[in-house]
Amino acid sequence: MLALPTQLINPSPYVRFCSYKVKTATQNFCRNEYNLTGFCTRQSCPLANSRYATVREKEGVLYLYMKTIERAHSPANMWERIRLSNNYATALEQIDKELIYWPNFITHKCKQRVTKITQYLIKMRKLSLTQQPKLVGIKKKLDRREATRERKALQAAHLEKAIEKELLDRLRSKAYGDAPLNVNEDVWRQVLDMEKKDKGKNKEMEEEDELEIDMESDESEEEFVSDDEEEYEEEYEGGEREFVEDDELESDFGDMEDYDGEETGTDASDDEEEPTDDEEDNRRNGKGVPPAAGNKRKGPSASGPKRKAPRVNVEYEVETEPLSKEMLANW
Amino acid sequence: MDSEAIKRIKNKQRRQRVVSDLKHKHNKERHSLRKERAKEERANPQLREERIANNIPETLESKRVYDETVGAEIEGSDEFQKYFENPRDPKVMITTNANAKKQAYEFADIMMDFLPNSTFVKRKKAYNMKEMAKFCSNREYTDLVVINEDKKKVNGLTIMHLPEGPSFYFSVTSLVDTKRIEGHGRATDHIPELVLNNFNTRLGKTVGRLFQSMFPHRPEIQGRQVVTLHNQRDYIFFRRHRYVFRNEEKVGLQELGPQFTLKLRRLQRGIKDEVEWEHRPDMERDKRKFYL
Repeated sequence: MLALPTQLINPSPYVRFCSYKVKTATQNFCRNEYNLTGFCTRQSCPLANSRYATVREKEGVLYLYMKTIERAHSPANMWERIRLSNNYATALEQIDKELIYWPNFITHKCKQRVTKITQYLIKMRKLSLTQQPKLVGIKKKLDRREATRERKALQAAHLEKAIEKELLDRLRSKAYGDAPLNVNEDVWRQVLDMEKKDKGKNKEMEEEDELEIDMESDESEEEFVSDDEEEYEEEYEGGEREFVEDDELESDFGDMEDYDGEETGTDASDDEEEPTDDEEDNRRNGKGVPPAAGNKRKGPSASGPKRKAPRVNVEYEVETEPLSKEMLANW
Repeated sequence: MDSEAIKRIKNKQRRQRVVSDLKHKHNKERHSLRKERAKEERANPQLREERIANNIPETLESKRVYDETVGAEIEGSDEFQKYFENPRDPKVMITTNANAKKQAYEFADIMMDFLPNSTFVKRKKAYNMKEMAKFCSNREYTDLVVINEDKKKVNGLTIMHLPEGPSFYFSVTSLVDTKRIEGHGRATDHIPELVLNNFNTRLGKTVGRLFQSMFPHRPEIQGRQVVTLHNQRDYIFFRRHRYVFRNEEKVGLQELGPQFTLKLRRLQRGIKDEVEWEHRPDMERDKRKFYL
């Protein structure tokens, strides 16, 4: 064999250039798919050798490719392909059998390739069974846009104000109960006083309607209304009063009125009841104890514009429910 | 002098002087006007009220594209119904992605701090999310939270409601640790109240119900702690405060931290099954369209 200086190693000693050759600082590699080792050397060059064999994998199946000098004249039939067994040991035996009397270098490297390929096939199968993270590209423009919008949304949110408002709403609507643990006594008294004042104003406004309401009211509401009547009587007698404990009943007065109108006016009352059913459920869960945010979250969606003081009473709705069913039955 | 005339001044320094003089004059006028107005309004507060009432700025919120599900009641029962019917408190399992770095564990620590009744388990590579969900539901956990960390930053949160879903994936941004919040307080072990603001659409309500179902039914209000998840333009801001009612219309807030922002990216039926809703970049083309 011709002894060549190392920098001249090429597929053919007569050609200086090879398109499969990849030069690096330390080593030259070969990109030809039939290359046994991947190195650009005289020994493992699939083009420069007329007798050559390699192992390749196609869709998970191993094939032994052999090239001999007898077929060199017809490139179409140059490579002879033999399917190797899926069993690693038998595949090695096959190579031994097929490549008998071949150079030791080729048989040895073919076996090494079989080993490597079977290993990566096993690994592939294993990986495909486990969940792999999906890679997503980083899109700077989107990130920037979202960051800007987030910043603006934060400005628009007025978080502290929103939270304070929500907390005050809960306090005033007695979501924390009648003797809340999270409020100073003085402040709680102030809140109650303020409510009184509001009530007082409302009552003045509503005094005239009051009698009519009593006339219209259903039997189901008798008990409730009578409570209110008592209070009104007291008010007429005494004028200025100290209010003590009955706020719960009072606060429902406004709601009851609204409800009254609906009940007597239309049959739509059944539909209107649905949201209140939920509230009632919540209250059943935590009676007397400040309800979890559950009530709260329904708050904004369920509260109509008319509602002045949020309702707290339970009994009222419990009683009307069967009634509405009866009404339905009668219809 | 109008702008054309100013442009015709060729000396740059003189031109700048003219412009700044003009600006100064304009500002002066503006300020004197405001002063006058303030004086009038001090004398007659009604004027101020009127002005404020008439001057309603147009915001993205007010110009929001109509969404038919806003304000609609939830039809039938969903997967969270159990929480609302059952007095049992939720039990939350927190874990991270496989191969997580320190940041993920720190965030898990933070989450344990504000989520009552939660436990942390170190993630093993051998199990995937579905398997973990199964283990957790066998042990009567109601939620599984998987923190996702990438390049040493917490960037995602998968929350699976157990046993039958749904699964949510949120992105996490602007995470600020308690230590870095100025004037922060120290949180106590009380079960916090929950404030969920602005979850309006059907999708928003589902998300709201998810957060609600992760907290126990009854807050310990003597702790005066409140956890807020405020949705604004599809960004969900997480905050935690301690409050005090100063008088009947004033509340004092002290931040307890942490702060972070969530954004819903994906909602899947069941345990990571069929994708019900997924955020796409083109959804943001219209600034006024919001989904939560």
